[in-house]
Amino acid sequence: MMDESRVIGSLRAEFPDLTTDEFREQTRIVVPLEKLYAVLEFLKEQAALDYLIDVTCVDYLHYPTEKPDRFGLVYLLANSETNVRLTVRCYVGGPEPTVPSAVSLWEAANWLEREVWDLFGIRFTDHPDLRRIVLPEPFSAHPLRKDYPLQGRGERHNFPVVTRKEE
Amino acid sequence: MPLTPAFSPGDLAHDEPQPYLWTLNFGPQHPATHTTLRLVLKLEGETVVDAMPDIGYLHSGFEKLGESLDYNQYVTVTDRMNYVSPMANNVGWHLAVEKLMGIEVPPRCQYLRVIVYELARISDHLLANGAMGLDTGAFTHFIYAFNPREPINDIFEALCGARFTNSYTRVGGLMYDASPQAVRMIRDFLKDLPQALTDMERLLVRNRIFVDRTQGVGVLSKEEAINRGCTGPIARASGVTRDLRKDEPYLAYPDFDFQVCCAEEGDCLARYLVRMGEVRESIKIIQQAIENLPSGPVNVGPDRRAILPEKGAVHSTIEGLISHFEVVMTNRGFTTPCEEVYLATESPNGELGFYISGDGSPRAYRARCRPPSFLHFAVFPHLIRGHTLSDVVAVLSSLNIIAAELDR
Repeated sequence: MMDESRVIGSLRAEFPDLTTDEFREQTRIVVPLEKLYAVLEFLKEQAALDYLIDVTCVDYLHYPTEKPDRFGLVYLLANSETNVRLTVRCYVGGPEPTVPSAVSLWEAANWLEREVWDLFGIRFTDHPDLRRIVLPEPFSAHPLRKDYPLQGRGERHNFPVVTRKEE
Repeated sequence: MPLTPAFSPGDLAHDEPQPYLWTLNFGPQHPATHTTLRLVLKLEGETVVDAMPDIGYLHSGFEKLGESLDYNQYVTVTDRMNYVSPMANNVGWHLAVEKLMGIEVPPRCQYLRVIVYELARISDHLLANGAMGLDTGAFTHFIYAFNPREPINDIFEALCGARFTNSYTRVGGLMYDASPQAVRMIRDFLKDLPQALTDMERLLVRNRIFVDRTQGVGVLSKEEAINRGCTGPIARASGVTRDLRKDEPYLAYPDFDFQVCCAEEGDCLARYLVRMGEVRESIKIIQQAIENLPSGPVNVGPDRRAILPEKGAVHSTIEGLISHFEVVMTNRGFTTPCEEVYLATESPNGELGFYISGDGSPRAYRARCRPPSFLHFAVFPHLIRGHTLSDVVAVLSSLNIIAAELDR
């Protein structure tokens, strides 16, 4: 049996410079981008966090407090037997944010990462099938970004009109 | 506009030209998909070689909507995620919000939330299992399963006025307290339900046609279930013993005596039986909750500035009016910390989680829903490979995919 503090302890021994914080009994680790895959691999293989519950993202463009970078990725990990839960945060930015894919570790990451790509425009390298998932392929924007316009005619206005003759 | 390619271009490029493979389009409008989802099947004769799910037909931007609606308003959107068990989504959403704000609801509210949550679970499982019978040819079974859902809707109507899209919970409490009439209706319903379940099981569980079509079909091993993120009855049918009601108890679940239903086969029949077992356990939970229903307030006090006051107080007293405005005015409302929480509940379909990012305002900065159906549908191609075309509907209905939750 491993509890959260032991998971974090073993992780600290392997990666000494990770920052952790806690809010309402939920522990979060902030991982720099270049170590993300190594940390996730360690957590899965060594710390037995075998469940990837969710991969999601928050766009901090208009967030009131200062954040290290624009996009904050969230990996929610859990163990199927001991109820240990851990949140891994990783901040990315830049015009084309790119993150290593976790599909080789958890098959569950496949659709979850496709959704993050679709709605936030974050690329996952080495993803086997990085296509849009809920929006149509010709869609050009990533609507869960905070700079996506909430008013106006939007993309629908730019879609080509298909007439019966062209069909 | 060109249609979304059903197979990825890379996938097609590597394929040898195989003229004997058929491509069959299944959905988005098909009675056996239950909702709007599409599958493109590659067939060799009657055997499914590969399946490619194509989703997004019901994508309506629920998570984006969550960024413009306040924490009480958004509950109406959660109704529409899993419309088979909206109460479960309501409770899940507001538990996450209360976790963010650090509110603990009074015992009576906790018990009532457990009761409506378990009623929603019964309603969801009855529909899922009934539809599974329907898809494998047992129409009578579907009617038998649908019949007890009617009193559940009546109970919800007695509790909150809405039968289907309930929006029953509020931040820090519930919309209304349960009336004695509603309690009586729940008691009557619990008396009748076991007979209906027995009828369902006697119709189907030993039925040769049904068992032949579901046993050994769509087998999911324990390792695959964990690796692919399956939760809820689908994981438990594969031998994963995880149940958030036991493992991470929320609300009043530690007070109740119930068992976690598991199976090891991992096939469609096991999923059916696990759901049936869970309905019986839910009856036990509701019975214990309704007999020990605590008295006292159902909402947190007004000093928390989180709960809407009663309508009567708003109309007749100045204090009520002030506290109403304190909550609903855009420049007042709730105060949330600039923090993020994730809270998961054991919904009928699996782990339903909400990841909420608060920014101090009464609206969520980010309202992420972790939908169980999304991960379960991703497993579908893995389950169906090598089976026949007629097994597609059996596997699909055993996964209980709700497209509105899938696409959000």
